[in-house]
Amino acid sequence: MIALQRRADPSRLMGYLAPLLALGITLLAGLMLFAILGVPVGAAFYAFFIEPVSSLYGWAELGVKAAPLIIIAVALSIGFRAQVWNIGAEGQLILGGITGAAVALMFHQNDGWYVLPLMVLAGIAGGMAWAAIPALLKTRFNVNEILTSLMLTYVAVLLLSWLVSGPMRDPDGFNFPESRMFHDAALLPRILEGTRLHAGAMVAVGVVLAGWILLTRTLLGFALRVNGAAPRAGAHAGFSQPKLIWTALMIGGGCAGLAGLFEVAGPIGQLLPSISPGYGFTAIIVAFLGRLHPVGVLFAGLIMALSYLGGESAQITLSLPLAVTGVFQGMLLFFLLATDVLINYRVVFK
Amino acid sequence: MNETLMLTVLTIITAATPLVYAAIGELVVERSGVLNLGVEGMMLAGAVCSFAVAHHTGSATLAILAGLLAGMLLASIFAFLTLSLQSSQVATGLALTIFGIGLSALLGQSLVGIAFAGLPSLHIPWLSDLPVVGRLLFSHDVLVYGSFAIVLLVSWFLNRSRAGLVLRAVGDSHDAAHALGIKVIRVRYMATLFGGACAGLGGAYLSLVYTPMWAENMSAGRGWIALALVVFAVWQPGRLLLGAYLFGGISILQLHGQALGINVPSQLMSMLPYLTTILVLVLISRDRGRIRRNAPASIGQSFYPTS
Repeated sequence: MIALQRRADPSRLMGYLAPLLALGITLLAGLMLFAILGVPVGAAFYAFFIEPVSSLYGWAELGVKAAPLIIIAVALSIGFRAQVWNIGAEGQLILGGITGAAVALMFHQNDGWYVLPLMVLAGIAGGMAWAAIPALLKTRFNVNEILTSLMLTYVAVLLLSWLVSGPMRDPDGFNFPESRMFHDAALLPRILEGTRLHAGAMVAVGVVLAGWILLTRTLLGFALRVNGAAPRAGAHAGFSQPKLIWTALMIGGGCAGLAGLFEVAGPIGQLLPSISPGYGFTAIIVAFLGRLHPVGVLFAGLIMALSYLGGESAQITLSLPLAVTGVFQGMLLFFLLATDVLINYRVVFK
Repeated sequence: MNETLMLTVLTIITAATPLVYAAIGELVVERSGVLNLGVEGMMLAGAVCSFAVAHHTGSATLAILAGLLAGMLLASIFAFLTLSLQSSQVATGLALTIFGIGLSALLGQSLVGIAFAGLPSLHIPWLSDLPVVGRLLFSHDVLVYGSFAIVLLVSWFLNRSRAGLVLRAVGDSHDAAHALGIKVIRVRYMATLFGGACAGLGGAYLSLVYTPMWAENMSAGRGWIALALVVFAVWQPGRLLLGAYLFGGISILQLHGQALGINVPSQLMSMLPYLTTILVLVLISRDRGRIRRNAPASIGQSFYPTS
């Protein structure tokens, strides 16, 4: 019989190998899924993993999709390390998009240099404000932040839907539920001519760097890690639990809001009823796949971005439903969690 | 009895029933010490599978069974990962929800836009023919009666049966239960599968009765509201029933709001169930002592037998 035996110390090697193993198994399971769906496996593989990155434009698109995932996932992994489960990043992203867009629309006859920076600040503030609700409820009333942050995501989706069909609707837009198109001063600069790759991609790299410094080189990062590993030890060391909860949620909300602003001011260029294909949820998977480590998140974000592009490409060339992406992402997280057992346990045959 | 009022009560029952199923299942799971955040995913799997079976076979019984099995199947993935492979319950539950949303959308691709006649209501001789009371209490489909039966059954099981005592022991202290020779992992497997079956039934109710059709993500957060309901109920089946009906009432406000002349945009009305959930969580959770007394003590912790 196969049994699990606890290792004396977690295996470092397995920590690196497990995600790769999970990716490999996901790939195999995915190909099996295609076979079951009656899709030629070779063509599906090509459409999913090769076609999207076979051109410069494809690589740029990879960056467009990876940027929000990485920005959010770095922030989430900081929170997850402290056992603060902010899973409402999608809602915080939407709020950032709304507040950022509000600034753009307010200044729509004004092309000063300060418009974009103001939008960025507003986006961050919007995301933070939305994350402040679960933080306040958790610290003041002991309310589970998983449920509140998630409920607020549904509220944010409805809020956006109402705003674009009412107060923020384009006055000359024939009643379509969308805002005015942003003017040039409210759009992010492109960093690669002829593609949609925008400055947000560079910010994402900056966020990775900042996250790495915060976690490994600062007392705050240490406190967050201790709090996650052993909350009582953290309390004894004088790290205030409420302060850490606030910090984790503010970082998460701020980054998600920033990512939301980048979506509306980057690839979209206006406010629409839907501004994200679930980046806030996918970022949770990215955070875990990246081992809650900023550098790992960078790679994980690129991989998950590929799953979005692959899904789109498979939809176009093989008319596969877009939902395949979600199945892939869910499977990947399952396999990752399953292979993670190898870090703390040894498989023995009795 | 006023016709509008009658209709309102009947809609509340349909809105509350899926919540009752999903929440009572999760209540049992949590009482065994397991936190499964995948309720939303299991509900969607149940909804799509039962709708597909209803569409292809026309049999309501088979459709309900399919929903139940689909929920159980997803729960078994969760159980294997968290109980046999010791993965984090929070992360695995989230994965289950993400997976369930994607899988149900994929399976339901060809079912979008098809309508289903809905479940027939049971006709109980004599009782169903009573004026008012007959329509109010004795003219529902089998799943509505089932939801009440299941709450009663769970209540009896947890508080009056030996097996229920074992389950609570496992949830309160898995180490002590293990020392007494109780098979902790087996109990938790069974509880988790039961929870999956219930969530699947809740989903089946959504796609067979509540809105007899399939739409992507049609549970719209009800799985999460069910999780909140368990907290609201402080892990007591009776209070859970009350909570589910309270939420059923709030969620139909948006349907009746317009009729009552409340002139608020529909999106804002639709926020009500989510905002209420938050409010209710605040009211319950602020009493830390009460939560501590009632919450299963080992909830969310992995169990690895040490000897």
